[in-house]
Amino acid sequence: MPGAEPTGSVERKEARLAWGLALPAVSTILLVALFPLAWTFWESLHLHDLRMPWLERPFIGLANYLEAFGDPRFRGSLLHTVFFAATSVTLELVIGLWLALSLNRAFRGRGLVRAAVLVPWAIPTVVSALLWRFMFEGQTGIVNAALMDAGLLREPVVWFIQPNTAWVPVILADVWKTTPFVALLLLAGLQNIDSSLYEAARIDGASAWRQFRHVTLPLLKPAILVALIFRTLDAFRVFDLIYALTGGGPGTSTEPIALYTFNTLLQNLQFGYGSALSVIVFLVTFGLALVYIRFLGAELLGTRR
Amino acid sequence: MSRRGWWPSVVLGLLVVASAFPLYWALLASFTPEARLFQGPSLLPSDLVLEHYRALFTQRNFWIPIRNSLIVAGSTTAFCVAVGALCAYALARLEFRGKSLLLGFILAVGMFPQISVVSPLYMLLRSLHLINTYPGLVLPYLTFAMPLTVWLLVGFFRQLPAELEEAAMVDGASRLRAFWEVIVPLAVPGLATTAILTFVYSWNEFLFALSFTLGPDRQTVPVAIALFRGMYQVPWGQILAAAVIATLPVTLLVLAFQRRIVQGLTAGAVKG
Repeated sequence: MPGAEPTGSVERKEARLAWGLALPAVSTILLVALFPLAWTFWESLHLHDLRMPWLERPFIGLANYLEAFGDPRFRGSLLHTVFFAATSVTLELVIGLWLALSLNRAFRGRGLVRAAVLVPWAIPTVVSALLWRFMFEGQTGIVNAALMDAGLLREPVVWFIQPNTAWVPVILADVWKTTPFVALLLLAGLQNIDSSLYEAARIDGASAWRQFRHVTLPLLKPAILVALIFRTLDAFRVFDLIYALTGGGPGTSTEPIALYTFNTLLQNLQFGYGSALSVIVFLVTFGLALVYIRFLGAELLGTRR
Repeated sequence: MSRRGWWPSVVLGLLVVASAFPLYWALLASFTPEARLFQGPSLLPSDLVLEHYRALFTQRNFWIPIRNSLIVAGSTTAFCVAVGALCAYALARLEFRGKSLLLGFILAVGMFPQISVVSPLYMLLRSLHLINTYPGLVLPYLTFAMPLTVWLLVGFFRQLPAELEEAAMVDGASRLRAFWEVIVPLAVPGLATTAILTFVYSWNEFLFALSFTLGPDRQTVPVAIALFRGMYQVPWGQILAAAVIATLPVTLLVLAFQRRIVQGLTAGAVKG
């Protein structure tokens, strides 16, 4: 704690022990995460193309960043990421909140809820992407068959050849995998709300909507915020799901920024430019986290020890 | 009042069906002959075959990615829990300057995007000749696994009453002995839960495994499955059989420890 300078030798001994215990983990994190991150920044200021070693590795300042902002594929990928994040996170929060509110009163089936929630969450993202690809695949996949049986489609849709329809399985797969988890976080938040508050509200004659608006929502705000932060940051770095589901296609019309960066680095071997894209991904997610914490999370961090 | 009675059950039913259906469908398809996969889907199983599973292990040597995943995820977990537990104990139970800063730093590292360290890690591993090796995967995995382990363990250690080790220390034990002899045995459930979650995250990891391996001999399960797709033909039966196998270990682990895992996952998030 700043300002609480340990004075006694016992405190000083304890502090020394604490740093000694933390050292291995902290130095691991510095070595494998922070040092590489600094290296990415440095690399992004260079022209470094592994396919053209004769160019060596000249320092070019911010030229890679300028190139990125003039690069239509980069701007497209940024747009796809924003679209994906906004759509999937909105759906997940709305459905998750609805699920949590509905299940909060249920006393039976807690174990079943946990199982239904944890299994989609625990399976590899690549696997869930392939499950959804399979369901939407071909003219006679289960989705086309079901929609035609229900009379919603006259003829089968080839989902993966048009940008608009290719987004449908991508968003659904993400919603399927993570909404239960959002519901779980919100459910835990709901269960922390003191039920006497609802009784008091009821005695005051508050309608169900007013109870929700003035009791549930304010008290659930920290849990909603946590879910929002985790989900948005996850959505912004989406990679596995789209790599396995559409490969960014058709063309590059579902390619998110992490996939474009990956292709720049490991397909095209443009390490300088790819590093600049990596830095942009990092700065965007970092900025988002700061914005959330600044505008919504003051009380959240204040109450956490 | 009567509406409340059935409404949660309906929602619960919907949730269970929606969660389970894609898995059920994949399981069913993994036992269906390839020729029938896209011919009029039927919800009920009929003439099931084992050909996809057989092909997986005879033609594709699927046990190699399974072995790779077990080694990589297992080593990552063992290292992180051992080293992370010490750090988490210090953060949960000891008083020192910069503690909340350190905790915030670890959380922040856990949240930053993996893609932002792919290029330096690739060059680092290449210069150490670690591309396409087990250490070349475990090392990058520490970037997300170490913060996760520390964060979860801090939560578990904080739940244990402080009087326990104080009593031991009054009896003359040192901090470290109190930690080793009092806290660790009591924290075994928390350590196990943390280990399971770290294992699941490492088992499922994709971007690093895709970036830092070159061929089938070191690919992990998710990478192997994602690259099954051939040039002209997609072997759906085998892909889904592999999907079932990849899902099985994490699903069983998570279901066996579900109560504790939910506790661990939600404690950090909603305990004010």
